[in-house]
Amino acid sequence: MAAKKRKKSTAAENEIINLTNVCKAYSTGAPALKDVNLRINRGEFVFIVGDSGSGKSTLIKLLLRELTITSGYINVMGYDLSKIKHRKIPKFRRNLGVVFQDFRLLKDRNVYENVAFAQRIIQKSNKEIKRNVPSILSVVGLAGKYKAKPRQLSGGEQQRVALARALVNQPTVLLADEPTGNLDPKNSWEIMKLLEQINENGTTVIVVTHNREIVNAMQKRVVTLKKGVIISDEEKGGYIDED
Amino acid sequence: MRISSFFYTLKQGFRNLFRNKWFTLASIATISACLFLFGLFYAIVTNFAHIVKTAQEGVAVSVFFDDGLEESRMQEIGELILKRPEVSDVRFVSAEEAWESFKAEYLGDYADGFTENPLADSAHYEVYLNDVSMQSALVTYLESLDGVRMVNRSEIVATTLTGVNALIAYVSVGIIIILFAVSVFLISNTVMIGISVRKEEINIMKYIGATDFFVRSPFVIEGILIGLIGASIPLGVIYGMYNVVMDYVTTRFTMLSTLLSFLTVDEVFRVLIPVSLGIGVGIGFLGSVATVRRHLRV
Repeated sequence: MAAKKRKKSTAAENEIINLTNVCKAYSTGAPALKDVNLRINRGEFVFIVGDSGSGKSTLIKLLLRELTITSGYINVMGYDLSKIKHRKIPKFRRNLGVVFQDFRLLKDRNVYENVAFAQRIIQKSNKEIKRNVPSILSVVGLAGKYKAKPRQLSGGEQQRVALARALVNQPTVLLADEPTGNLDPKNSWEIMKLLEQINENGTTVIVVTHNREIVNAMQKRVVTLKKGVIISDEEKGGYIDED
Repeated sequence: MRISSFFYTLKQGFRNLFRNKWFTLASIATISACLFLFGLFYAIVTNFAHIVKTAQEGVAVSVFFDDGLEESRMQEIGELILKRPEVSDVRFVSAEEAWESFKAEYLGDYADGFTENPLADSAHYEVYLNDVSMQSALVTYLESLDGVRMVNRSEIVATTLTGVNALIAYVSVGIIIILFAVSVFLISNTVMIGISVRKEEINIMKYIGATDFFVRSPFVIEGILIGLIGASIPLGVIYGMYNVVMDYVTTRFTMLSTLLSFLTVDEVFRVLIPVSLGIGVGIGFLGSVATVRRHLRV
């Protein structure tokens, strides 16, 4: 009995994301997510897949607390996101790295400043910034391009900068929303390898993607959404065809 | 806030001015245009008000005494008049002074034929008012005093000045309303431009975990700087213009400048500088807060 209890408590401690009976409906009344149950443990690598309109983006927005749920329960890294106060949201997001399909870099600042920006937000000292930024830029292979402006970089390089910015504060969870959506196959694979490497170092990685080849090749946990419902959740899954 | 973060925020505020040059220029131009109109209007209105005030100060009511009134009663009347709130000054004019002044003004050398003072009963008080619209009330009061024979006044001057005062007040309120409406329209348009320029940047900051304060601070500093620059430009222009116009008026219309007394540039700017800078900073501050506010709830 005691062993069972201990096992249960260890499982709960290990759990980093918990969505229980989550529903999200937009003001138009259209349901985006219906009765979603999802648990992700610390250190996992999870793909969220599905066609357009399946609810992937809504799910990411709920995890980022950009949107609030309509009903159910959502807990990310110990924060109950249905009850979190507005002033606590910045602190919550500091443990959450995020990468977007369109990179979202500050166009008027160079690579170094884009990455340092994330450190300044958490009020790191200049000394720490000077140590951490070059170190993370070398991890993503951009140490030599720290002075370049985003427009001088290729899509793959811009996504690496975005990745460096997401990682420099050593987040517990990394959310990547279609990180390879604007990249060619070669750059897509390089980004995915980086994400895998980051995951091996202990960060929980959640990737929303359309990229069938990558999902099938990487053999990671795959959660498939269709019309707002989880239709499949496989440990070493692949991309499920609509047909 | 760490010192390094404080300086970073300050630096970003300055840098923002150059990052979005067109937005900065549009904002400065908007604030400058509004404050230029305000400054111009202020300079004109204060001068009008000053001219009217000077004219009012020259309007006197003369209080004549009953024949043979004792000096002590005259003194009492003087003290009573001075206690009235609308009275700014009371001057006693003796019969001799009145005659001397009359001779000098109207008779000149022809006065030699007079051996006695024909204005023997003309000792009086000249009462100056600080509010000419109160003249009737004062006259009624003066006429009710024991020992007062007659009260002389110029009703037309008093009514005219009171009318001009009211006109200045109406025009001021009207122009302030128009200026306010124009400013709100121009500034809200500029803020809308600012919102579209800043939307993405603010969103990125919020996703990374920036607090509202951290996001807002550089924009507020930028807004205040724009407000200060926007206020300084019209101040400089009006300063130059004011001196030129005053020089022109005093040299070309010497008659006008002897009749009317204008304020010096220092007198106008003593109020205009702090008020304009205050309005400029206020507009910049509120504009930037409003711009950022809409995007903070991400």
